[in-house]
Amino acid sequence: MSDQPHGEVVLRVNGADQVLAVDNRVTLLDALREHLRLTGTKKGCDHGQCGACTVLLDGERANSCLLFAVAVDGRTVTTVEGLADGDELHPLQRAFIAHDAFQCGYCTPGQLCSAIGMLAEAAAPQDLDDAEISERMSGNLCRCGAYLGIVAAVREVAGG
Amino acid sequence: MTAGTGLSRLEGREKVMGAARYAYEHPVEDALYVWPVAATVGSGTVVEVDAAAALADPAVVTVLDHTNAPRLRPAQIADQLVLQSPAVAWRGQIVAGVVATTPEAAREGAEQVVVRYAERPHHVVLDPADPALELPGELFGGQPGSFAKGDVDAGLAAADVVLDRVYTTPAQHHNPMETVATTAWWSGERLVVHDSNQGPWIAAVGFGQLWDIPPEQVEVVTEHVGGGFGAKVRPTPGAVLATMAARVTGRPCKLMLTRQHMFTMSPGRSATRSRFRLGARRDGTLTAVDHDALQYSSPIHEFVEQTGLATRTMYATDNLRIIHRLARLNLPTPRVMRAPGHTPGMFALESAMDELAYALDLDPLALRLANEPAVDPASGEPFAGRHLVDCLTVGADRFGWAARDPTPGVRRHGRWLFGTGLAASVYPAYQRVATATARAEPDGSFSVSVGAVDIGTGARTALWQLATDLLGSPVEIHIGRSSYGNAPVAGGSSGTASWGGAVRNACTALRERLAGHGGAVPADGLEVTAESTPLPPGRSRHSFGAHFCAVRVDADTGQVRVDRLLGVFAHGRPLNARTAHSQLIGGMVMGVSMALHEQTVVDPRLGMFVNHDLAQYHVATNADIHGLEAHSLERPDDDITLVGGKGIGELGIVGAAAAVANAVHHATGVRVRDLPITLERLRGG
Amino acid sequence: MRPFRYARATDPGAAATLVAGVPDAVYLGGGTNLVDLMKLGVLRPGLVVDVSGLPYDVVEHDPDGGALIGGAVRNHRLARDEGVGRRFPALTEAVLAGASGQIRTQATVAGNLLQRTRCPYFQNTSTACNKRAPGSGCSAIPGVHRDLAVLGTSDACVASHPSDLAVALAAYDAVVEVRRPDGVQRLVPIHELHRLPGATPWIETVLEPGDLITGVRLPPPPAGALATYRKVRDRWAYAFAVVSVAAVLRIEAGRIAQARVALGGVAPRPWRLWPTERALVGTDPTDDEVRAATRLAFADARPLPGNAFKLDLAADLVAAVLRDLRAAA
Repeated sequence: MSDQPHGEVVLRVNGADQVLAVDNRVTLLDALREHLRLTGTKKGCDHGQCGACTVLLDGERANSCLLFAVAVDGRTVTTVEGLADGDELHPLQRAFIAHDAFQCGYCTPGQLCSAIGMLAEAAAPQDLDDAEISERMSGNLCRCGAYLGIVAAVREVAGG
Repeated sequence: MTAGTGLSRLEGREKVMGAARYAYEHPVEDALYVWPVAATVGSGTVVEVDAAAALADPAVVTVLDHTNAPRLRPAQIADQLVLQSPAVAWRGQIVAGVVATTPEAAREGAEQVVVRYAERPHHVVLDPADPALELPGELFGGQPGSFAKGDVDAGLAAADVVLDRVYTTPAQHHNPMETVATTAWWSGERLVVHDSNQGPWIAAVGFGQLWDIPPEQVEVVTEHVGGGFGAKVRPTPGAVLATMAARVTGRPCKLMLTRQHMFTMSPGRSATRSRFRLGARRDGTLTAVDHDALQYSSPIHEFVEQTGLATRTMYATDNLRIIHRLARLNLPTPRVMRAPGHTPGMFALESAMDELAYALDLDPLALRLANEPAVDPASGEPFAGRHLVDCLTVGADRFGWAARDPTPGVRRHGRWLFGTGLAASVYPAYQRVATATARAEPDGSFSVSVGAVDIGTGARTALWQLATDLLGSPVEIHIGRSSYGNAPVAGGSSGTASWGGAVRNACTALRERLAGHGGAVPADGLEVTAESTPLPPGRSRHSFGAHFCAVRVDADTGQVRVDRLLGVFAHGRPLNARTAHSQLIGGMVMGVSMALHEQTVVDPRLGMFVNHDLAQYHVATNADIHGLEAHSLERPDDDITLVGGKGIGELGIVGAAAAVANAVHHATGVRVRDLPITLERLRGG
Repeated sequence: MRPFRYARATDPGAAATLVAGVPDAVYLGGGTNLVDLMKLGVLRPGLVVDVSGLPYDVVEHDPDGGALIGGAVRNHRLARDEGVGRRFPALTEAVLAGASGQIRTQATVAGNLLQRTRCPYFQNTSTACNKRAPGSGCSAIPGVHRDLAVLGTSDACVASHPSDLAVALAAYDAVVEVRRPDGVQRLVPIHELHRLPGATPWIETVLEPGDLITGVRLPPPPAGALATYRKVRDRWAYAFAVVSVAAVLRIEAGRIAQARVALGGVAPRPWRLWPTERALVGTDPTDDEVRAATRLAFADARPLPGNAFKLDLAADLVAAVLRDLRAAA
């Protein structure tokens, strides 16, 4: 244990190791946004109540606002900036554009990471019907009301 | 031609890659972080702000309060006069601001600030018997506060059936996913603000007034905005605080309101109470419409929700009276929220029409058709394309309304009770003054700049389509900066019409100038700046629509599920069918959310909004939305605005809550007149 | 948020010693409630001891049909466990009814049991709250208490426990395994874990400083029993229960042979309906008889104006759930 209210962490973010000296109070969300300037991950409520900050932590979706950066030392983080393969968008990113699955775009990074995590959770993603996709995506609020497009985009990528 | 087609959003790729930059994300070096301190009394005076404990942390640079904050010039909107006086008008008002080198230190500093108050009794209950109610002369949009035509009392006396009902809607909050966020710095006497707002020019004017500098000396940048819905129409108190912190420290300052702050440091929608008295003859003809609407404003600024405005336009009657009353409550000044006035007012009117239909034993659709006016019932002006009857009849066909048995509470299958309901929608069409500049370069390229903002409406894409069509080749479109000139906010469903009108005029003029040059562009290019103008008086201009809703209600618990909500809308020609459709659906989603979930709950004793986060202020989740359809009628109405279309952004929400409530009544036999339709209200009925 | 020291525990003994010895120390599991409350200023620990890496993250199934669920097992992992889903379906349903997919990947079983009330006043440091600031008073009783408790409350506190998981555990007669700082294991029946507020609402559980929930033991479910969890909430996902019910029912020859019914959202802990269960055994009840039996458990209810509806709702919900379970039998 350190007697200091700060520590050093190594995060593997979008494939690259990042060494950060952070105040223990810094959340993963703020570490990404303020320290690494990866501002794609959004802060909507800062309390796990909206899903805008969703990232993939070791491949599982998680609210980055509820994780202290020091507590995820050594873990692998994928943010929205890490979804595309260079200029080649992830199929879900393409589907979001095609289905107009966003308006203001602020919840979108969280929706994308959440959906990718959700599809990985599902034993048979192609069998998910719209109601199941809706339920499983309900941790991501969209105030613009783009839910229909989100479900359509996710279903397309799920292969159902 | 690209206009009218469903081109995908220009910024779509940036948004799905996380590259689209919002106000707080503009990279600045050496930034400080600002954290507001909220008043903890409902009314009173700040006696002392003790910042000693906060300042003990070396990371805390300064603490601003009413004693040391820079002086601002009195503004029209008193909410913006942050830290200019010790007066506390509502709980949650900004009474101090902590400025620190990290957000963590700023937050903790704000916790350490001790504020002492001389507390006064507060008044936060909207009460029709309140002896201090005011009769405001004007609604917020400038319309008269009261309206009367004919003799309502005589009309009611002549009626076969009189319906007298009270409908209420609670305070609501926009809750855009991005909270109010600002990155501000001063460069000499020039203020630069990357701000999450709904109109950079209007924001620049607002900041300029407060700081007593011309708006040209303020550069407001709104590259991308994470939703607005009315919450970010003018400089919010938080944004003002950020500019003050930047002024005092000489460094760039960043502020992002917490979700909790948003409930008292940015506006919400007023609670409303509408008493409707409708008189009708047996055949359904309305003999009188009397709408007595009550709403509130704060003690420091008058904002009058236009709750009764839609009542002027909807149904034919010789006797029409609309009164607005205003209570002054110790609550944050409410302001516009998606379809201000029309959203709560049409919940009331369209619920009342449904009740009247039952009282008359008429189909709710037939009752509306029986009262279709030839001209605007209040103004007597001809309609510039109404099409409400088309919306109702087309919607009824698509929905299968004709097969409906009107008997309430009789369709039970297993645990579920099923029902259907309809309601109309209306929203005024506006076109405001805006400025746009179109430029041709010698290399044949074009660029267009306009102080528009895309808060998710698709405005960037629509304006690009418009300009590209007019100039005949793809343009570079620049929006989101106050330096592009006078432009209205994204609000009142008028943004695209106003900005687009200016773009159209500028592009058309540029084309003429080009023709004058024989098609050749001079070495220094050609540039034309043009304006759009308000629509001339003399016609009643509105978009109309109709919602048809099917619900199921759990007979054991009272939980409501919307199975289907079908909307048919007549809004003129949209610039982009895809984003227009998304706007309509988005409004309907918010309408379902309003019907079933949304309310900002007031604790009368503490003078406080209690449920100030997204776990407690419920908005619809993905799982709450099923079976939504929006259809647009092809009714060009080309004479309405310079871009052809009327407003779209608010049309989807208006009436949606009434359609849900009417369907819930049909399913259960219980009429819920107070939103939201909670399970205890249903069970209590 | 107050600056704090952070320690990652590698063995439970050291962790317990740290936490037991420092008055303002807390355990950190998934953090989904702790981080939330630290941001609000409700909790201001000086030391955070991260126990999420301790080896209590497995689900073990016993040959007799019982199971041991580790305290550090994430909700998501628990919900995917096939053995749990088969033997304890109400538990799986309860986990999946809670929070959101991305919260469930982090939230732990122990943290779920120890999560704090969602009373709005508890979460708002500008108001009086006996649970947060002992002796300051209760703002909820004269204020907004619609979502709060109607059973087991006191004049000092009407907070409700928000867990879904705990309600199902109560219906399965779970026993909480607690490791004391001295290493000795202590077994606490689930319905005894949380204390009623009485005059000391800030003391929420029977745990002592440094005690660590290492797991939850589920005895084998009654043979042939049917079970389900149903949650009534204000929207169809991502909301705390207004009222919820977990029911385990065994039917023999058309009559209820065994019943275990627990309510959520109505009390400071998952609320077993013992009188109801006793009244139902041996009967083939109508819906009204189930409602009447449910009300037997409400004799000491303390409804407030804003939440009195929960009692009738609970009775209707129990009737509906038992009706559906018996129809499936």
